[in-house]
Amino acid sequence: MKKLESSLLNLTLVLTLVAVVMGGILAFVNHLTEGPIQEQKDKALADGIKAVMVCNDLVVAEPVEVKQTVDGKEHTFIIYNVKDAQGKDLGAAVQSVTMGFGGDLKVLVGFDSEGSILGYTLLEHAETPGLGAKADQWFQRGQKGDIIGKSPAEPLTVSKDGGQVDAITASTITSRAFLKAVNNAYNAYKVTPTDGETGATTKEKEE
Amino acid sequence: MNAIQIIKNGIVKENPTFVLMLGMCPTLATTTSAMNGMSMGLATMAVLICTNFVISCLKSITPDKVRIPVFIVVIAAFVTMLQLVIKAFLPDIDAALGLFIPLIVVNCIILGRAEAFAAKNSPVASLFDGIGIGLGFTIGLTLLGICREILGSGSVFGLTLLPETYNILLFVLPPGAFIMLGFLIAIVNKIRG
Amino acid sequence: MEYILIFISAIFVNNIILSQFLGICPFLGVSKKIDTSLGMSAAVAFVLTLATIVTWCVQKFVLDAFGLQYLQTIAFILVIAALVQMVEIVLKKVSPALYQALGIFLPLITTNCAVLGVAILVIQKDFNLLQSVVYAFSTALGFGLALTVFAGMREQLELVTVPKGMRGMAIVMLSAGLLSLAFMGFSGVDGGLRVLFGLD
Repeated sequence: MKKLESSLLNLTLVLTLVAVVMGGILAFVNHLTEGPIQEQKDKALADGIKAVMVCNDLVVAEPVEVKQTVDGKEHTFIIYNVKDAQGKDLGAAVQSVTMGFGGDLKVLVGFDSEGSILGYTLLEHAETPGLGAKADQWFQRGQKGDIIGKSPAEPLTVSKDGGQVDAITASTITSRAFLKAVNNAYNAYKVTPTDGETGATTKEKEE
Repeated sequence: MNAIQIIKNGIVKENPTFVLMLGMCPTLATTTSAMNGMSMGLATMAVLICTNFVISCLKSITPDKVRIPVFIVVIAAFVTMLQLVIKAFLPDIDAALGLFIPLIVVNCIILGRAEAFAAKNSPVASLFDGIGIGLGFTIGLTLLGICREILGSGSVFGLTLLPETYNILLFVLPPGAFIMLGFLIAIVNKIRG
Repeated sequence: MEYILIFISAIFVNNIILSQFLGICPFLGVSKKIDTSLGMSAAVAFVLTLATIVTWCVQKFVLDAFGLQYLQTIAFILVIAALVQMVEIVLKKVSPALYQALGIFLPLITTNCAVLGVAILVIQKDFNLLQSVVYAFSTALGFGLALTVFAGMREQLELVTVPKGMRGMAIVMLSAGLLSLAFMGFSGVDGGLRVLFGLD
């Protein structure tokens, strides 16, 4: 077949036609994938809550958004109150964000109703691979920086700052940011309005 | 040229990573592990096969002057489709590759093959060219990913082989990407003579 | 202060080429001579800033307004391609001298992933227009810095004898690795500045 001539009409016609057809196909694919994408997001959150509460059979209440001021800057926390299948109060999973070494460090921490840490997971981070990124394992049960079962009523700090938690080797800033996120989450959960003194003892500043 | 020759050409003679040196951004950025490298390679291959085929079908109705814009629209549409599908069914890959999925649009390999091969050859030949070049790219990325992962994290595809003491952190960091690729290119040069 | 932080972080700490791996093609392709790399940097700075402004507006006033976010990639790349064409035409008419200097680099910019990358990044980071402009411009400066420094290195490389197997791209990649290693020395500086400026 011969190539179409490059007349203005042909140019516009072909370009518009291709754009419209492709746009139409895209709209269709978008429509098909919209549901699954939302499902994946919900599932990721539900799995995260199950993991940090160390319980598979639970009922999650409507999330509560709490705003608190720490070190003069407002932070937003999302609290998911959790009950087990029998309706017994298990505590809550709290989402908290601090400034890590490479960017925002978003963690989900599970507390029992006493305020002791049940588990945690990193939802989002930009820490250095092999260094700060180890935070996803480092503070778990049985690891070097184990924080499971501890209560941040007395804020958790790294040993360098006089605390009891071992920081990740060569990643003190990430460790401080992580513990600060946990401490903040605890304060938000217990809804004790904090100021600079009770909210954070780490020297790291955060956004 | 038959199908086998076209595919072999993409993997060996015109290997995009080691010979043509195209698509260097995803090559360097996403190869922190073998798995990530392979996912990126396969994603690019999927787009390349579709765009090569469609562009080759459209070649007789596309006037020369709007050739590039038409190619870009087709490529961007397929990339977006891939992005949506990955988000919906493979969220882990979406998290690992992130920004580099939409950036497949500006991967020089795709536009380059559309221009150099699909615009001149039949749809079926273009399809095989997409498979060949795509495989060549995937092999390059996976190889680089394996080398960086074993030196940097002591594992291959997540399977730990070396104890943590022997990890060379540099190779999973950005500079390691350049250095490792440099050595691989040197080795490939040596083999090719 | 916030803008200074964005500025410094985009140039040194998160250098677009050396730590984010965007725009590697021109980095390897036009870094043989300092002159050409300066021309390329200027062209990129111009297009990158302009493209970010336009795509930001397209995202906020068209895509978000009509719920068409899934058309983001297609819309952005078309805007960038059209913009590059327009800049080329305008430059040719208005300033032939500048066109002489930058002209040959312009067509290459459409497929420079730094431009599309930054356009998508400012949307992901949820920057406002002014933040986006500062970010785009500083990123372009970072691009220019890395490109020019690297061109300087490559000019020196021409003068030394390189082992046979390492000639060509291999030695270029290794040098780029060393430069990237040097830039890693800046990591953490943005955190320090944040504390210094009392931004938290």
